[in-house]
Amino acid sequence: MRFPGLRHAATLCIVAAFTAGPAAAKTISVKAGTPDANEKLQEALILAEPGDTVQLGAGTWTLTDGLSLDVANVTVRGAGAGEGGSILDFSGQQGAGEGLLVTSDDVLLTDFAVINTKGDGIKSKGADRIVYHQLRVEWTGGPKSTNGAYGVYPVESTDVLIDSVFVRGASDAGIYVGQSKNIVVRDSIATENVAGIEIENSFDADVHDNIATRNTGGILVFDLPSLPQQGGHNVRVFENVVNDNNTANFAPAGNIVASVPTGTGVLVMANRNVEVFGNVFDQNGTANVMIVGYRYEHKDPKYQPLPKAIVVRGNQHGKAGYAPAFEGGGMIAAAMGGAIPPVLWDGAGDAIVLDKVGVLSLNLPDVKTPRSEAKPTPVDLSRATPPAALPAINLPDSMEAKVK
Amino acid sequence: MRRIAAALAAALLCAGGASPAPHLLPDQAVIDGPAMPAKLSAFGLFKPGTSEPLPALLPYSLHTPLFSDYAEKHRAIWMPPGANAPVGRDGVPDFPVGTVIVKSFGWPDWNGGRPVETRLLIRRASGWTALPYIWDADGKDASLAIAGRRIPVRFKSPDGTSYSINYAVPNKNQCKECHSLKGEIVPIGPKANNLDFNGADSSRFFSYPAMRIAPMPRWDDPKSGSLHDRARAYLAVNCAHCHNPEGSASNSGLFLRWTDPVNVNYGIGKRPTAAGRGSGGMDFAVAPGDPAHSFLLYRLESLDPGIAMPEVGRSTVHREGAALLRQWIAEMPKASH
Repeated sequence: MRFPGLRHAATLCIVAAFTAGPAAAKTISVKAGTPDANEKLQEALILAEPGDTVQLGAGTWTLTDGLSLDVANVTVRGAGAGEGGSILDFSGQQGAGEGLLVTSDDVLLTDFAVINTKGDGIKSKGADRIVYHQLRVEWTGGPKSTNGAYGVYPVESTDVLIDSVFVRGASDAGIYVGQSKNIVVRDSIATENVAGIEIENSFDADVHDNIATRNTGGILVFDLPSLPQQGGHNVRVFENVVNDNNTANFAPAGNIVASVPTGTGVLVMANRNVEVFGNVFDQNGTANVMIVGYRYEHKDPKYQPLPKAIVVRGNQHGKAGYAPAFEGGGMIAAAMGGAIPPVLWDGAGDAIVLDKVGVLSLNLPDVKTPRSEAKPTPVDLSRATPPAALPAINLPDSMEAKVK
Repeated sequence: MRRIAAALAAALLCAGGASPAPHLLPDQAVIDGPAMPAKLSAFGLFKPGTSEPLPALLPYSLHTPLFSDYAEKHRAIWMPPGANAPVGRDGVPDFPVGTVIVKSFGWPDWNGGRPVETRLLIRRASGWTALPYIWDADGKDASLAIAGRRIPVRFKSPDGTSYSINYAVPNKNQCKECHSLKGEIVPIGPKANNLDFNGADSSRFFSYPAMRIAPMPRWDDPKSGSLHDRARAYLAVNCAHCHNPEGSASNSGLFLRWTDPVNVNYGIGKRPTAAGRGSGGMDFAVAPGDPAHSFLLYRLESLDPGIAMPEVGRSTVHREGAALLRQWIAEMPKASH
């Protein structure tokens, strides 16, 4: 809420003082470049009260320790995410698993950059209605396995908005939303990450109008076992540009994204009700769209490893499948005249592909059949009737108002 | 009623008080109030001008403590006169409003053994508050460091290794990262199965259930428990404050409480979730019989912030703790995988 007029604000302050209620929202400005900038900024993030703005000065902040915010309804605003803006530089980071951790609700992060963190860039956990807006999270040396895992990393949250964010160099996922509900990722750019954008173990997400380029895999929709929230479903991936995702996989082995084949556009694994539509695909060496089951051994009886009700429609397909980076892929491509079709399905679960392009099935009827028994053949997945279209995600008005 | 309680408390103090000094008590109004005093002395928890807690506080230690860069910790607890913490059958005390848990950190061979920092955990009517204080150079008082600070210290660990580190005093939020349950601050250490009053009478502060609560083993004392149980005690104390379904690491699906079953969610054959570089190129947190391919150990032995566990509170590797877990994993039957 904004109060026009100084006199009005002053009156409010006096009233607040007498009623011991919350004071009017204030702005706490913190300067970059002072020797105690790290401590002063952290202090501001602790002393901020609901409604306050922590204003980051322009310049480069040399930070040795991770920052954290645990006060609800606070805005952290910088002077810009690009050159001349507010650059939080963690190249000399000595502690904490991320650059900035948010654990409170209704927080807006906007107009600053976080670079070269040792672990994740910006993480928010249990932070409902969080807005990431006009941010840059970057590992400036480009793709390296020594880079941190996630760029922006909301997890266990309801209502998440990621808008106009740029992420480069994450050794796992640039934009990663995990175990959350009601999510919008839009107008963002993910480049030179292992996974550009990843929606994992989450419900109800719209991923649209993003550019995912030069990652190992552009946009991933995953579900993994043995986690508190699983059964990922209702995800729409639409009107994105997903091209040239041919960066060699540089994820540390063991992590699930280390198994993503270089040259992947969109990859859907073990989810139900996922719609991929209206995207522009080009130059993804393995496939523009891949639909697979979770094929690792697991001991979770509640886990559902198959993709179900996946719909692919109305996408533009440029060149794809010319360098399939999975075992035996090269041989299949050679046998098919140099490239495999742009849509690849492992044969488990069910999918509907209405795009007028070829689909290659590996004919692995379930996740137990070993990959060595793959019998790749073209299939037609256009005949089934798709389920009713998923509704658009609506976020609370308070969130949309913050980015207007 | 209040007068009787106060008299009773005074009587108790006299009974145990060898000290002829006036019976100083902490300033309960400051403890209960909303303030975050700039000086530690405002609480009156210590003998004036010293880092020695008042005799009115009850000192305690833990069977298995959290590792904090080989720091020696001096712990003490205060509850207002007449107040008492009933201990539940699960061993968790229900601390009354007005409780203060005091923990001072230092090294015997640094700065004359004087503490570097003191953390307070205060039970106010609004909930628990965590406040970190750093001791002033003259050692007479300590100053609030709400945003934490790095302090260079030098010390030798028990095996004689010399360390020179930038010890991290946690900020207020980091206190909560560990002391968090369902987003609220809670104490971690003082549970009946881990509390040790070293023979002192704790009945002024705690009332115990009729049923005896079995103590947790001492992680470094083979006489106190099996290798398996000592490893579990170590994990419970060093990891489970975050690694539980309501803690800061709930999303990891790795749960290491003393009561958790030792299965995939305990790390056995568990693939990394959001470990990033923390996987070290390995497939499993714990690969039974194969510590060299167990990334739980890899993270425990790393100092790189993108890899290291715990994420806060550690600038050195706890070699002895890692050795315990290495042996535990090495001796774990492969079949349990």
